[in-house]
Amino acid sequence: MADPMRVRATESGGVVDVKILMKHDMESGQRKDAAGKVIPAWFISTLNVKAQGNDVFNAQFGPAVSKDPFLNFKYKGAKGDKLVVIWIDSKGDKRTDEATVA
Amino acid sequence: MNKQRRDVLKYSAVFGMMAAAGLISEAQAQAWNKAAFEGKSLDDVFKILGSAPEKSGAVTLNAPDIAENGAVVPVGISTTLKADQMAILVEKNPSTLAALFFVPAGTEPFVTTRIKMGQTSNVYALVKADGKWLMSSKEVKVTLGGCGG
Repeated sequence: MADPMRVRATESGGVVDVKILMKHDMESGQRKDAAGKVIPAWFISTLNVKAQGNDVFNAQFGPAVSKDPFLNFKYKGAKGDKLVVIWIDSKGDKRTDEATVA
Repeated sequence: MNKQRRDVLKYSAVFGMMAAAGLISEAQAQAWNKAAFEGKSLDDVFKILGSAPEKSGAVTLNAPDIAENGAVVPVGISTTLKADQMAILVEKNPSTLAALFFVPAGTEPFVTTRIKMGQTSNVYALVKADGKWLMSSKEVKVTLGGCGG
């Protein structure tokens, strides 16, 4: 399975600031290897974040998102919220990580 | 073919179509919008997303004037509008649509991420509010292209 993501979530004034750093090569399908063959596209395509079981963010990425994707968003929440982040990539590989809002 | 089998096939086809259209469970992430991500031009993507966006001062695109490294360009969108969707488009990239975001109720219409840019290009921040797409754009100069070419 893929490497874990880093999820940092802090609450202030009723708003939770979530920063996620995923580990993924995010091959765009534009690059060629040393032999001149195209390296096939391989990238995280969907990301879902739930807090306390409810969707708080959904993202769809194309091949143009940078390697080791970074995402920052904010939602109305509270300290102690349990966050579950799931991503699925173009090969069908999946990764789930959890975090608690500080 | 007997009637029962025909019905099962009919319902599963409808079910499948509904799932593909995202009608079944709004709570789940929508299926990856393949058509939009394969759009090769701004107009292509606008058409697939629904409509050509209007320029709006209520949409803010946060992006550098000059990106030192085209492989990692920080880009953000924020807006004063009640947006339920946001998107980042890069006019000159081989795949114009970089990312698409869905904002549930209770989440702020704000996002920051990092994208690859192949060359200097206009970058567009799109926001969907009240069923309408609005946008803001700026040119981001790229000194070292981000597609490995």
